[in-house]
Amino acid sequence: MMPAYDKVKIARKVSRPTALDYIEHIFEGFIELHGDRGYHDDKAVVGGIAFLGDIPVTVIGIQKGKNMEENIACNFGQPHPEGYRKALRLMKQAEKFGRPVINFINTSGAYCGIGAEERGQGEAIARNLLEMATLKVPMISVIIGEGGSGGALALAFTDRVWMLENSVYCVLSPEGFASILWKDAKRAAEAADLMKITAEDLLELGVIEKVIKEASGGCQNDFGFTANLLKGKLELEIPALMQKPLDELLNERYERFRKFGEFTE
Amino acid sequence: MDLFKKKYVSLNGEGEQKKDSGNIFSGLSSVFAKKESTEKPAPQPPKKEKERDEEVPAGSIKCPDCGSIYEKKELGSLKICPKCARYYRLNCKERVRMIADKGSFKEFDSQMEAKNPLNYPGYEEKIASLQEKTGLKDAVITGECTIGGFPAVLGVMDSGFMMASMGSVVGEKLTRAFEYATQHRLPIIVFTCSGGARMQEGIVSLMQMAKVSAAVAKHSEAGLLYITVLTDPTTGGVTASFAMQGDIILSEPKALIGFAGRRVIEQTIKQKLPDEFQHAEFLLEHGFVDKIVDREALPYTIRDILKIHCGKVGEV
Repeated sequence: MMPAYDKVKIARKVSRPTALDYIEHIFEGFIELHGDRGYHDDKAVVGGIAFLGDIPVTVIGIQKGKNMEENIACNFGQPHPEGYRKALRLMKQAEKFGRPVINFINTSGAYCGIGAEERGQGEAIARNLLEMATLKVPMISVIIGEGGSGGALALAFTDRVWMLENSVYCVLSPEGFASILWKDAKRAAEAADLMKITAEDLLELGVIEKVIKEASGGCQNDFGFTANLLKGKLELEIPALMQKPLDELLNERYERFRKFGEFTE
Repeated sequence: MDLFKKKYVSLNGEGEQKKDSGNIFSGLSSVFAKKESTEKPAPQPPKKEKERDEEVPAGSIKCPDCGSIYEKKELGSLKICPKCARYYRLNCKERVRMIADKGSFKEFDSQMEAKNPLNYPGYEEKIASLQEKTGLKDAVITGECTIGGFPAVLGVMDSGFMMASMGSVVGEKLTRAFEYATQHRLPIIVFTCSGGARMQEGIVSLMQMAKVSAAVAKHSEAGLLYITVLTDPTTGGVTASFAMQGDIILSEPKALIGFAGRRVIEQTIKQKLPDEFQHAEFLLEHGFVDKIVDREALPYTIRDILKIHCGKVGEV
């Protein structure tokens, strides 16, 4: 089994396919929609409307760049509050028109900065969690690279959460975890092993439902393979979720997250 | 964070400054911090203790803000500096006494304790030693009470227990409190403070944010009232979930409230932040807090809000 930290490295590769790569490959007729209607168009979050086969859907992604220029534009995939608000606007729009939502997640975390605090980074994430809990359409999120903490969860409160084989999902980066708990960021690899951040571990914990295979060394080596696999699974699962009566869908979503916690009494 | 820590030191129990230093959990005051204090834990507490002995007589304390030295009892039950009105942190039992009508509080789930989902080395021992020190099982107490005669569910977090980081127990007790409130059609008041997610529980602690939020959403859909009272410090995953989900969000003056830790932001932007950054007053100005309420006025303010929502007059 590959050490967890090797997966962290693959998940962070600059050559790793981005949200827009998946959106363009899997969906047809994607029309990108911009802005949160309050402040700004945060390019760390992309989203719009498209077809999955013949089903109209809303697609949203946290976007990383493949070079410095792109990364500066999309802030290295670290959304500001308006990015989360843009995502929420598109999800509420999806709800209005009865469209399922598919979210692609790839962020080291929500941005930490003065503007982000002034404009309520905490509130923006909290609002998404509150609204997504009862959003009346099926939602699937796919972690395609890094799933960093609250900044990832803000798009991952969905009926299904899937992960690519070499993606990671964690409460904090292994470096952050090691530096907080051991005061030594260099022990990140050790932290990664302990933290249960790989798709395999999270499948076992019930945090995710599916692991999507990648080519050896990572999906950048055969993007079509992973993207087609993912497309096939979405084409099965979205219609299946759409079949569910709304009550059942929402109850299952509630129970999906209700179950987490380990305690005695 | 350091600046802040100097200004606002926990007064829970006997420990004061000793309590906040040299303990790995002091690092949790900023959960999203990439780098925390590198001070070695061992030599620090005795030194501080010595300093204290020299200038502060037994039974007295020195205000970290104004430097006045006075007897502990002069703080009164509200724990406010008699000289400069600085707010010391209240522990959850003191807070319940301050808010709930006398004798009305009935605690829920008082025996719930954390397990160790990551098998994190030393976690059980850390929990056990804090339980002994604080008399608490974990970082929140929940229950039912009346406030000015109005029935309500009450949740209070306690920064003296691992900086009130949110693990399974905090998440589960709050979720149950919201579910109880929904079922019995009661308003709920949560006093927040937290360093954020509890690192030692990893992804399970992150999931608590979603779990509690879903219970808040159900309570809200039932048309019921949720009041948040932000107290010092409320940060990280708690800010990014139920702390910011109240219908009405109150705060104590000068409480530190934010998503990211101060140190992380300073490292990211490579400049020092002003003192008032992320204080309650900053959030009020930016539109994220409804009202800043002095500690002594909180019970009455909450009662008045309940009165407007309950549609009947309570016994005051």
